[in-house]
Amino acid sequence: MGVVKGDQMVLNIGPQHPSTHGVLRLEVMTDGEIVSQIRPHLGYLHRCFEKHSENVTYEQVIPFTDRCDYLASMNSNFGYVVAMEELMEIKIPERVEYIRVIMGELNRIASHLLALGVYGLDIGAFTPFLYMLRDRERILDIFEYTCGARLLYNYMWVGGVSHDLPKDFETICTDFLDYFEPQIKEYNNLLSYNKIFVERTADVGVIPADVAVSYGVTGPNLRASGVKWDVRKDEPYSIYEKFDFDVPTGTGEFGTLGDSYDRYWVRMLEIQESVKILRQALKDVPSGDVHQALPKKIRPPKGSIYRRTESPRGDLGYYIVSDGSPIPSRVKMRSPAFTALSCLDEVSRGWMISDVIAILGSLDIVLGEIDR
Amino acid sequence: MTVDTLINWFATIGDFPVLAFILAVIISGIPLFLIMALNAMVAVYVERKVSAFMMDRVGPMGQGPGLHAGKWGLLQTAADAIKLLVKEDTVPESSDKFLFKMAPYIIFIGAFLGLAAVPFSSSLQVADFNVGVFYIIAVGSIGIIGIVMAGWASNNKWSLYGAMRSAAQIISYEIPAGLSIIVPIMMAGTLNLQELIVFQSGTIWGILPNWIIFNNPFSFIAFFTFFISAVAETNRTPFDIPEAESELVAGWMTEYSGFRWAVFFLSEYANMLVVSGLAVAGFLGGWQSPIPGLFNTGLWGLFWFMGKLGFLIFVMMWFRWTFPRLRVDQLMHVCWKVLIPITMFNIFGVGIWKLIFG
Repeated sequence: MGVVKGDQMVLNIGPQHPSTHGVLRLEVMTDGEIVSQIRPHLGYLHRCFEKHSENVTYEQVIPFTDRCDYLASMNSNFGYVVAMEELMEIKIPERVEYIRVIMGELNRIASHLLALGVYGLDIGAFTPFLYMLRDRERILDIFEYTCGARLLYNYMWVGGVSHDLPKDFETICTDFLDYFEPQIKEYNNLLSYNKIFVERTADVGVIPADVAVSYGVTGPNLRASGVKWDVRKDEPYSIYEKFDFDVPTGTGEFGTLGDSYDRYWVRMLEIQESVKILRQALKDVPSGDVHQALPKKIRPPKGSIYRRTESPRGDLGYYIVSDGSPIPSRVKMRSPAFTALSCLDEVSRGWMISDVIAILGSLDIVLGEIDR
Repeated sequence: MTVDTLINWFATIGDFPVLAFILAVIISGIPLFLIMALNAMVAVYVERKVSAFMMDRVGPMGQGPGLHAGKWGLLQTAADAIKLLVKEDTVPESSDKFLFKMAPYIIFIGAFLGLAAVPFSSSLQVADFNVGVFYIIAVGSIGIIGIVMAGWASNNKWSLYGAMRSAAQIISYEIPAGLSIIVPIMMAGTLNLQELIVFQSGTIWGILPNWIIFNNPFSFIAFFTFFISAVAETNRTPFDIPEAESELVAGWMTEYSGFRWAVFFLSEYANMLVVSGLAVAGFLGGWQSPIPGLFNTGLWGLFWFMGKLGFLIFVMMWFRWTFPRLRVDQLMHVCWKVLIPITMFNIFGVGIWKLIFG
């Protein structure tokens, strides 16, 4: 008795589909429910970020970086300004560094909360999604209180930040953390340890460490495969070496190392690490003027720089080429979500359509960043 | 108040058998339809509110007449119904139009027929069959024809996937549901729903009501296997893979809009009512009061029946807003490798129990 093979059917998931995390089209070859090949089609959100950057001044690029990874705009800003400051060799005040780390980690929590919540939604659990969005809302409130914007901040400038912290920022932020930490337990009870959720995600879509490395997968997706690589630790930028935090890696909690559950779980652990960093940073924010080091004119010397930072999605790299004029000659962004998406085909072959959704959700892609 | 009583009553007035039959069917059919519509309206409102409270929201909260959906959003479902009625009814160009339009009727008929045998109280039941349990299980399968028809006629890949999954799921889960409901039938020795309920009067050890669920350990397990299968048969979370929103957009309902879609919706809630009604009648003492001997007469029966029904429907909603969704092969695994062996064992166990203690 052999296996009966039917004709293959092409199934288009997207561009309009509830769980493509933006406007992504997946051309899926299926035999019944079993997927044999996936071809992602990108470009539905292409906004010519890199070409635009060649026509505006250096500081005007920052709002564009906001719109790339719109779920972690602070981290997108962060990468760009760190690269620019290295290129221009600006020494920035300690206070600015602290503010940036606080904002970056807050945004990492917000981004991971959305990733985890939406992942639950992909698996079919509606309630955890709203719980996580409810708490993400509080972070957005903090951002709004600080810089006036809730999603696209344009907060970090080359040499400083746009607004100083409000006077009672420390209490507000500590209140949030005190409220937030017990919530993690609730998420775990509701979703992480749910038998059905574990059944759906454990052992599904395993990315072995060598495959992850060869595709250039970074961030939580790489760490879930057991590779301990975090730019914050291994190539420290800003003042991350001052803080004491762990780099959580996948352990194959309920299944194989590098499965969808590990990617989910690593994010959950990373949220807790971010809380740890925030508590340390909030304790000793030095005083000072956040606008003190802003350059009068941003005109970097001739040359180029590649600097990577750890965004919630992985290595976010900026390659900036300067020809000495106030307009960049080239800005290239290395998108972590793009590399994560590139391994989708190899990982999800042989799984079912439901699993493709589960794997895609666990990669936590943001189409704004992939298409740029 | 069954159809038979009505026909007999007409027979006492005069000799017009055909007209009497038609009149009796209409007189009992219209309230049934009203119950169905009312149930959907109440259930949708409750579902909104239940989901809202579970998600730390407030749900619909209009503050007065006009466009604000009434106090506490009470008019929300009325507004929904009006919206669905006036919405454009689209039929895809490439669909099989006859089957596409036919499918909602068939699904509706399946749900409606099941409702006819639900014993709302000792006297309120449209059709008191001598094979009531068998009848409800049987007409419950009619809906699946409509679902497959809807999925195929839509000429849409998502609809097809949804219909195929739904067919596999409902047909599979009918087996554990049927095997579980055999337990009360074995104990009461009847297929008639009213007799089944009367069998459950009295007490066990003078405290517990003599409901079949409390009668012996096997019937206790049988209730849960039946309820799980019932949830699966009504396509609700965690077994909602036929309309899995994040995977199949809306499954077999993808191409439907407006009133046709509303009919699907109505039928889904009516199906919930029917399967919960069967669970209540078969295991939870039907219209019997939970305090044996008290408040057991007349309209109290209706109250108790609806109360138990409401509780079971609430539990289904609770499931929906708490659990993630199973995958299609895991769903089959639960059915064939977990539920069916348990129910088989149950039947055996109940047989032995009845031989020793019965």
